[in-house]
Amino acid sequence: MPHLARLGGVLRRTAWQAVPTVIGIVVLNFCLLQLLPGDAADVIAAESGSATVEGMAALRAHFGLDLPALNQLLGYLNALAHLDLGVSPRHNLPVTSLIASRLGATLLLMGTALGLALLAGILFGAVMAVTVGRWPDRILSVAALLFYSTPSFWLGLMAIVLFAVKLGWLPTGGNATIDSGLAGWAWAADRARHLALPALAMAGFFVAIFSRLTRAAMLEVRGQDFVRTAEAKGLGPFAVTVRHVLRNALIPVTTVAGMQVGTLLGGSVVIEVVFSWPGLGRLALESVLSRDYHVLLGILFLSSLLVIAANLLVDLLHAWLDPRIQVR
Amino acid sequence: MPDPARLLRALIHPLRPRREASPTTDFLPGSESQGHVLWRLLSHSPQALFGVAVLALVAGTALTAGWWYPDDPLAMVAPPLLWPGEDPAFPLGSDSLGRDVAAGLVHGAKVSLTVGLVAAILSLGIGLTVGGLGGFFGGALDDALVRVTELFQTVPSFLFVIVLVAIGKPSVTVIVTAIGLASWPVIARLVRAEFRSLRETEFVLAARSLGYGPARLILREILPNALPPVIVTTSVLVATAILIESALSFLGMGDPNMVSWGSMIGDGRDQLRTAWFLTALPGGAILLTVLALNLVGDALNDRFNPRLRGLR
Repeated sequence: MPHLARLGGVLRRTAWQAVPTVIGIVVLNFCLLQLLPGDAADVIAAESGSATVEGMAALRAHFGLDLPALNQLLGYLNALAHLDLGVSPRHNLPVTSLIASRLGATLLLMGTALGLALLAGILFGAVMAVTVGRWPDRILSVAALLFYSTPSFWLGLMAIVLFAVKLGWLPTGGNATIDSGLAGWAWAADRARHLALPALAMAGFFVAIFSRLTRAAMLEVRGQDFVRTAEAKGLGPFAVTVRHVLRNALIPVTTVAGMQVGTLLGGSVVIEVVFSWPGLGRLALESVLSRDYHVLLGILFLSSLLVIAANLLVDLLHAWLDPRIQVR
Repeated sequence: MPDPARLLRALIHPLRPRREASPTTDFLPGSESQGHVLWRLLSHSPQALFGVAVLALVAGTALTAGWWYPDDPLAMVAPPLLWPGEDPAFPLGSDSLGRDVAAGLVHGAKVSLTVGLVAAILSLGIGLTVGGLGGFFGGALDDALVRVTELFQTVPSFLFVIVLVAIGKPSVTVIVTAIGLASWPVIARLVRAEFRSLRETEFVLAARSLGYGPARLILREILPNALPPVIVTTSVLVATAILIESALSFLGMGDPNMVSWGSMIGDGRDQLRTAWFLTALPGGAILLTVLALNLVGDALNDRFNPRLRGLR
């Protein structure tokens, strides 16, 4: 199929372009590791409670910590190539498995928030563009600006006060009722009830971004020739708006959605802390508090890779939405 | 026949040739004073007027914080958990340790605004240097700088700030530096694009043909003309920095010796069920300040970057 072959070509080229960025991220992580106060030998000495100067030197030689920085960097690259991000002295587990156990919860939260934000943002943006200058547009514009300026953790806390404490509709935190013994639909409903507030609090800011962007893009597309052609050939206003204006306005929206994945990952830290959500963000804060730097840097590394993957996905989506788009 | 040297000098003067072509020169001294232009901008937009009024109020509060509440806002001065209005001496109530909420809000304004402004200035400095050098010289230097910019744009900025503050120590200096280091790529990209288009203009070519060196071309000819869109973006930069600082102090990673709006929310969180005003009030202050900055940014953007309208 030529279509699939073209998408494959786009994928190959964008993946190739991401290689220098990945290398840069590895080097940045390595530099941050070098900045850390103390090294692995210090950590082990602190765990064991006593150490001699000779013992420390032997430990450093064993871990290769006495080698020149360049050799250490090569060793670090080699370890990364084997998916080895080091060991957490705190949990006594490899960092990779620690992260893997928390990744799912964060991805679920992020995916739900991003999906909600895209749906609501595009819908509100379309309504704003259609009613531009009239009351629905004005009210939604003010609402979007308010959400754009609200810190997400505060939105979450206020949502807890209203929906969990005052109204008692939804749980205040966690990702499931502990020891509930639920199964099937009841289990799924329980999960969804726990997911609702954190996902909504996280989505608020992004609904504002996407609706403002959709509105602006639709207003820009609306003035173009092909829209007039579509109207001239007798299409109804709904078909013109959805099939011609909205579809073309989606390109900038998907671009920005890809750019915002990093912001979303950063925002998940505060939201997970507010709602006691057992994901990567809380793991990041826990490792800050216990000075478990290898875990922290592992999360930073993996999050950067996630951002690159998301941008790759957006490039593919563009190639599919608009066949004229070529990758540089 | 006009004197060719005078023509050249008129061309290299960056203000004149772009005077008719671009609305951006309204930032520069001309027939109309800057204050007059700003006033016209404000009177046309009630939202911007509201934003400037709120910003003036917050800045005034921050500057006079020591006069309103000369004592340490972290001192325990009241019975714990007074509700707002319960005791006229503490109009906004007190927290679980008996600290005055009003004093905390007033002193918190100082921290939020300082962190926001200084972090924005720092990222402006880095962004102008990286974007300006890459955009002006092009070639291998530009390629390398674009790679570095992309790298810093890929790393999730809030996580990066957390890592930097965790490696350093939670002081205002480290926090400001971390936020500045994490948020300059936006400026660098903007400046690079401006420099690339401006370096091909006729007045820069004329200045080049007069034998001016790169330093003079960059600082005196291109930079003043590249600044307006950058200044507009700065209001968003300050708003983002304030949000990052508040999230950081909410997580307990702020400066422990300073009261900030974010740390007040973090402290009040334990009493969320019984005394939710402890969380609501400082959050409202953040919302109002960031909203004001965004309103001003929107108005400036509509005026000076009509092409980018709404695309932020």
